[in-house]
Amino acid sequence: MKQLSIFLENKSGTLLNILNALKAADIQIIASTVADTQDFGIYRVICSQPEKACLVLKEQGITVTLTDVFTIELEDKPGEAARVMAIFAEAGINISYMYSFLVSGKGILVFRTSDTEKTAAIIKAKGLHEFA
Amino acid sequence: MDVKSPYLHPEYETLSREEISKLQTERLRETMQQCMKVPFYAEKFKEAGVTPDDIKSPDDVRRLPFTTKQDLRDTYPFGLAAVPLSQCVRLHSSSGTTGNPTVILHTQRDLDEWANQVARNLWMVGLRPDDVFQNSSGYGMFTGGLGFQYGAERLGMLTVPAAAGNSLRQIKFMKDFGTTAVHAVPSYLTRLYEVMQEQGVDPRKDTKLRVFAIGAEPHSEEQRQRIEKMFGVKAYNSFGMSEMCGPGVGFECQEQNGLHFWEDYYIVEIVDPETLEPVPDGEIGELVLTSLRREAMPLIRYRTRDLTRVLGRTCPCGRNHVRLDRMKGRSDDMMVLRGVNIFPIQIEKILMQFPELASNYLITLTTDNDNDNMTVEVEIADMFTDDYKRLQELTKSVTRALKDEILLTPIVKLVPKGSLPVSEGKAVRVVDKRKVYQ
Ligand SMILES: [Zn+2]
Repeated sequence: MKQLSIFLENKSGTLLNILNALKAADIQIIASTVADTQDFGIYRVICSQPEKACLVLKEQGITVTLTDVFTIELEDKPGEAARVMAIFAEAGINISYMYSFLVSGKGILVFRTSDTEKTAAIIKAKGLHEFA
Repeated sequence: MDVKSPYLHPEYETLSREEISKLQTERLRETMQQCMKVPFYAEKFKEAGVTPDDIKSPDDVRRLPFTTKQDLRDTYPFGLAAVPLSQCVRLHSSSGTTGNPTVILHTQRDLDEWANQVARNLWMVGLRPDDVFQNSSGYGMFTGGLGFQYGAERLGMLTVPAAAGNSLRQIKFMKDFGTTAVHAVPSYLTRLYEVMQEQGVDPRKDTKLRVFAIGAEPHSEEQRQRIEKMFGVKAYNSFGMSEMCGPGVGFECQEQNGLHFWEDYYIVEIVDPETLEPVPDGEIGELVLTSLRREAMPLIRYRTRDLTRVLGRTCPCGRNHVRLDRMKGRSDDMMVLRGVNIFPIQIEKILMQFPELASNYLITLTTDNDNDNMTVEVEIADMFTDDYKRLQELTKSVTRALKDEILLTPIVKLVPKGSLPVSEGKAVRVVDKRKVYQ
């Protein structure tokens, strides 16, 4: 799945500019998360029409790129996230970052790993469901 | 004129360092004599307690006072003339954005010597009387026009005063007249190439171009190489300033390893802009020039405000005239932080080495807890990664590289593209917010 990765400066107003630009282009945000430190941050967004969203933001002069991330649907029971993550840990795959959100009652895990090919192979082998 | 010789003036161009010193000593004495006809200098020499007889080596020039652009403005228009106006044949004036403009006067001998310098430069890069020289530079008060015109004629080339602009006509001239050499500002050559492409003209096939003289506007080594590649033409860097005559003061030889400054015409010093003391070879400082052959308006230790450094005093081309690096900005931009002199160009040079960074940056100087600090904000070129660690690593590498250059550790901040201030189309580079202690 394509995710927007946006470079953020820690200045008030930047985030609002981004949200307004996406709203004006009729793009719906499904999930998002901000990772930041004192100096800068990365705003990661799963949305409708990511390619269009990326273009729209670039036109606004925003520093943005599209990143391939994995999105796994979790079954509706406790311990699911732990079970899925354990599979990758056993295979020696490092998770660069991870966040999650709910869509119609279903938990979705979003993450990026150190080895994209190996991760994709494991997802297939273990029959994990990718969210589309 | 021996067209086979690499030198137009072998008797001067191939002098040994020792012979250069001897000649400069003699000529500095003569120049002081000439200057003493100007009350401004007569008084200053008296104050300094130095007479021409005290000059034993070119280094003795350091006992003499500096001359600044302000001095030229204060004495506007004819206060620094060392000859009666009736002996002057040319006047060039540069308009000042602040205060009076400046005026430079020339006798016929001054014009002859100026033409000799330009001719020497053009010969040095391989031009001969059978070449066709197109001067696509502004004429009028701008010395790049008449300076190159007379120099190219002195060498014996067919010289076309095409002047600046009208690209279609420039290209037509090049094709019809068989132009082999062009003088222009580098940005204009880039523009000319675009027009050639639009017109379906291939400079390699459709013209006989082989040499460019570029100057009068700051440009990087990358820009020069780009121009050379576009046209398939060698481009040589030219340095001139109207206070010394105009173009001709310094020029690159075919080694392209810095500009030879002609030491039979000038004493070249590089000084620390704060202390005005000489800096060692290789270190950046302000270029200070003393004219040695000027009759109408000799200038002693003129502070050019241009920053450069000495690259060497010998050269494989056989000329031992000092080689200076391309100009690195203006000394007015220098910062002093914790006693260290720092130029924005040093910061810029390091930042340009990182492809992940864009070209806009801002240096802010602050006082925090009584310590002076430097923050360097730099725009990232694009979102090249979505990995936080890589961005942090980049910040660290940039900090380390800057520290190696300026010997102080700055605070480096990556910022999004387009977020740094721009004023009147020009980037703001330095903001000084430091407390000033009384
Ligand atoms: Zn040389």
